[in-house]
This record gives sequence, C-alpha cells and structure tokens, in this order.
Amino acid sequence: MEELLQYLFSGITNGAIYAVIALGFSMLYNATDLINFAHGEFVMLGGLGLVTFWTVFNLPLPVAFILAAGMGGFAGFLFERLAIRTVSKPQPIVLVIITVGASIFLRGAAMLVWGKDAHGVPDFSSHEPIDIFGATLLVQSLWILGIVLIMVAGLHFFYNRTLTGKAMQACAINKRAAWLTGIPANKMVLLAFIISTSLGAAAGVIIAPVTMCSYDMGTMLGLKGFCAAMLGGLGSLWGALIGGFLLGSLESLGVGFFSSGLKDAIAFILLLLILYIRPQGIMGTADSKRF
Amino acid sequence: MKIEKKPVFIAVAVLVCIAMIFSTPAWSKDTYKIGGIFSVTGRASFLGDPEKRSMEMAVKTINDNGGIDGKMLEAVIYDTEGDPTKAVMSISKLISRDRVIAIIGPSTTPTTLAVMPFAQKAKIPLISCAAGNKITQPVNPYIFKTAQSDVLAVAAIYKHMQDKGIKSAGILTVSNSFGESGRQQLEKQAKNFGINIVKVESFGAKDTDMTPQLTKIRSAKPDAVVCWGTNPGPAVVAKNVKQLKMDIPLYQSHGVASPKFIDLAKDAAEGIILPTGKILVADLLQDADVQKKVLDKYIDEYKKSYNLSVSGFGGYAYDAMNILAKALKGSDGDTKKIRDALENLKNHVGVSGVFSYSKEEHNGLGPDAFVIVRIKNSGWELVK
Repeated sequence: MEELLQYLFSGITNGAIYAVIALGFSMLYNATDLINFAHGEFVMLGGLGLVTFWTVFNLPLPVAFILAAGMGGFAGFLFERLAIRTVSKPQPIVLVIITVGASIFLRGAAMLVWGKDAHGVPDFSSHEPIDIFGATLLVQSLWILGIVLIMVAGLHFFYNRTLTGKAMQACAINKRAAWLTGIPANKMVLLAFIISTSLGAAAGVIIAPVTMCSYDMGTMLGLKGFCAAMLGGLGSLWGALIGGFLLGSLESLGVGFFSSGLKDAIAFILLLLILYIRPQGIMGTADSKRF
Repeated sequence: MKIEKKPVFIAVAVLVCIAMIFSTPAWSKDTYKIGGIFSVTGRASFLGDPEKRSMEMAVKTINDNGGIDGKMLEAVIYDTEGDPTKAVMSISKLISRDRVIAIIGPSTTPTTLAVMPFAQKAKIPLISCAAGNKITQPVNPYIFKTAQSDVLAVAAIYKHMQDKGIKSAGILTVSNSFGESGRQQLEKQAKNFGINIVKVESFGAKDTDMTPQLTKIRSAKPDAVVCWGTNPGPAVVAKNVKQLKMDIPLYQSHGVASPKFIDLAKDAAEGIILPTGKILVADLLQDADVQKKVLDKYIDEYKKSYNLSVSGFGGYAYDAMNILAKALKGSDGDTKKIRDALENLKNHVGVSGVFSYSKEEHNGLGPDAFVIVRIKNSGWELVK
C-alpha cells in the first residue's frame, strides 16, 4: 500500500513535468497547427536561464522566474521572425523540419553558453518532503502541480474568453479567411510563438530543481511531453494535463510492478496503442481535423 | 555556363589530388610521432578535453628536457566527439597517413573497443584512457590502459562494506555501458566479500525521479544501497534517498567523484561514500604516500599551463604519455620494442596509481589506486 502510494506520488511528480511541457505543444498547435519540435529546447533555456539569474546573479526568485520565462519568449520571438516567417512556401513538413533544426542549433548554443556540465538549483521552498501514510512527496512537485493548473486555466480563459485568443484560433483554422476578416494573421502566429515558448521556459524554471539542468535535457523531455500531448489529444489543453499525468503514473507503476528497464518502453508502447485505438487522443474530438 | 564550369572543376580535382599526394608526411628521423585520439568535444568532452591538454603538457615537458634519445616528440591529436565511427576514422588516419609509432586514447570504452582491432592489426601500441574492463580482459598484446577499471572500484567499495559489517546491498545502476559494466562487477564480486545482493534496479541516464526504484529497493530491506552512474542521475538518486528518508548508507561510484556532484546534489550529498582516484584528495594525502609528489607536480603544472583547475581525468593521458616515454627509450622507434618495454614496465608511479604491467596484466593497477572518501560539509573526507 505504502509502495503503491509512493509510485503514484512519483507519477505525479513526473506527470506534472510532462504535462507542463505537453501544454506548450498543444498551445502552439492550437494556434498555428504546427508542432514545434524545438519545444524541449525552450524548456532547457528556461531551466538554464534560472540557473544564471537565480544562482549566479542572485536575483530574487520571482524576478529570476520572469526573466527566464521572458528570455524564452524572446528566443521564441527571434525564432518565429528569423526562421519560421522567412520560409517562402510554409508547408507543414518544411516547418517541422525547421523546428528540428532549431532544436539542434539551440542545444549547441546552450552548450557554448552554459558548458557541458549539469547545473543544480535549490528547491523553491526549503521544506521537508511531505509524509503521507509512509510515502513522501516533494514540495517542489506541488509547486509544479499548482503552476501547471494555473497555466491551463489561464490558457483556457485566453482562448475562450478573450478576443485575441479567439482570433488566434481562427488563424489556425483558416489563415486566409482570418486575414480577410481583418485579423493580422502574422502577428497572431508571432504572439502564439512567444506565448508557447515562454510557457516552455516557465516549465523549465519550475522543473529545474527536480530534474537538474544541462544543455541536452530538452530532447528527452520534449519527446515525453510530445508523447503526453498526443495521448491527451493534440490541441486540447486539459488533454495535455491528463496525458502528462497518465504517462507519468504508468511509467512509475511500470517500474514498480514490472521492471525499471521497461520504463521508457511503456511510454512509447502506450503512445502506439492510443494512436491505433484513438488517433485523436483521449480528449481530442474526431472531427478536429482542420484545413 | 555549364561548359565553362567543367575545366575549372577538373583543375580543382587535379589540384586536390596533387595536394593529397604531397601532403603525406615524409617519415622524419628526428621526431617520434605519437597519436592521440580523444573525445575533445561532445558528450564525453569532460574526459577528452583535460586528456588532450595533459598529453600536450607531458609532450612539452619531455621536449623541453631534450626529448627521448635526442629525438623530439610530436603529438598528432584527433577529436572523436565520443563517436566510435569517428574514432575508427581517426585511427586509420593516424596509422596510414601520419605513421605514428604509438597511440594514446581513446577516452571512452565504446570508442576504445571500436579502434582496438586496428591498432592490433597494425601492431602499434595503444594506451587507452578508458575505464572499461573489456579493454584489457582478455589481454591483447598491443593494447594497454591507464584508467582504473571498475573492477577495482567495486572491490574498494565492497572492502569498505565488509569492514563496516554490511551484509546485504541493493544496487541501482544507470542503463548505459558504464552502469552495465558496474552492475556486472557488483554482482560478480559480491560473493567474495560475503555480501548478498537483494535487489537490482536500473534507471535511464536522463530520468528525473528514481523514487519507484528506490521504493522497491527499500522494501527488500538491504543494509546499504550502491548507485552506479555518471551525473546527473546519481545526484537525483541522492536527493530521492533523502526524500524517502532511507537511513542506510548510500555508496556511489567513482563516476561522480568530482565537486560537480556535490554542487548538484547539494545537502543530499552529505554522508555519501564513494571510491576515487587519489587526485581528487591530493591535498589530504599524507606526505609518505608514494603518489603525493607526482600528484602535486601534475596539479601544479596543469594549473600553471592552462590556468584551469585540474580534473580527475586528464591524469590518464598524462600517465599514458609518461609511461610511453619510458618505453620509447632505446626503442629506436620500433613498435615491437616499444610494446615489449611497456609490458616489462614495473613500478611506474603515476597520477592514477602505481603501474606494473606484465604479460597477463595490461592495466597494471592494484586496489590501492582507489581511496574511499565520504562527503562531509560539501567537501571530501578520507575514511579508513
């Protein structure tokens, strides 16, 4: 019983990490119909940014948080202006490959700036792990959990209640039609990139104390986050949340009851199964295909 | 346009061919060419970069002192980026184009295993800087190495456990070649020290939470946990052990024996016990220690040459170069003679230990190459 609870807590910790990354994938997909495979690298930028602003410059945590997330957003701004918008024939496959290229570039740049070693940051609050029925949960996991929920709620509000959010979705559904109705489509795409990448960087900031940060942390996290987003249904914010927690819990239960060697295999077998049985994901709707 | 381009292209091709023919260096009688293959960049650059610097430093010192038998040394160093394919390309270049008489490196076990057959076939002595046990077991006549094997690290850990009366252990290893090799040794040697392994678990190199594995180990109730990996995984393990409030000793491998680990694990590092080469604790060693003088000289020279703090890994290449220098004496550049001299080398006091090679032993180190340290107040403390 105690063990089961501990596995679930581990699942929550990892699940929250996957969920917050999945959120960035879904958010951008919602707004631009594009999958940004460099998203994991923006998470890495956020984490390493926190290392610099918080532990090197000794800024207060909230300031360092905002600066790191802002840095991610600014990198996203440059990415969209310099690499995405300049493409003359923006077919999806071309853009996806550009994002893969950008991820390699960002990883190399981060290696030059921060070096090849991993960096650690302290927890946000130096509180002992919480003990519940003999199983323990890190306080940082609760931080991650709380911030993820705030992010999802915020995005939900943005898309459904604000004009800008609705305009952004309109651009994703049909860019030309949106443009005809007077929505500045280019600006919307740019804004979506900035929001998504700064969310990614914020994710990096909050997971940094748990994962440790290094220039190459983004790849695996990005893949797992993508996996979680697909599980939950790409484009669905709540789906990203559910996908993340499902993936995290199944991984830790798999380690607990089967073998630790199978951990990553479980995630990807699950992804294949879901894609086979329910290609649109758990929360996705069957008619979500857009033109 | 197309027709005009053709003659230019042919001219360039001809020029390239001529350049390639003439660039093949003529064998010079005044220098000994020594090859170096290190992962200077890429993932394993923490090994290759200090190794390259240390080798260059050793070569410079030898040349400043008049070379060997009046001949200067010339180092030809290639970067593998930690990639076995590039390592094979490098060794082919060293053997066929640069015509080196001996090779130092590569830095990692996979790259070494990839290039070994080439050195063996060309009958050129190769002194690897990698730790893997498979490099010198079984013995290949032309392959030597200077890094301490994990065999010795495991023995050092188990010896300490035995002294402390620890009877059972749970082991947690990273799922890459370093962890696999460590796990094999841990399982193989446990019997010799009367230790019962109650649980074997593994984790991925990039995993962010190891509490499930540790929970499984905890429920098997061992007297101690041994974690085998390289940063950052073991730092996460250290944190998780504290999180789960496990109050049994945690042993780590020599793979994390660097200040970086303490920096990553922070408070969770306190009390962790691990084996390390003596270079990390050089200032704690007693003056009577045979290696003390060599260590101080190496650290001092390295700091002066590069204005960098010394790492635990550059010593492998430094030792290799100095051992090779001894073997080169009187060899007249004959690779067979160099090999024989290497195999007969005895009691060479190096940075990583005291080397005595023989026909059966091409690593040449004993258990005294490792000391056991405990992390205390974010520093190291020698334990008996």
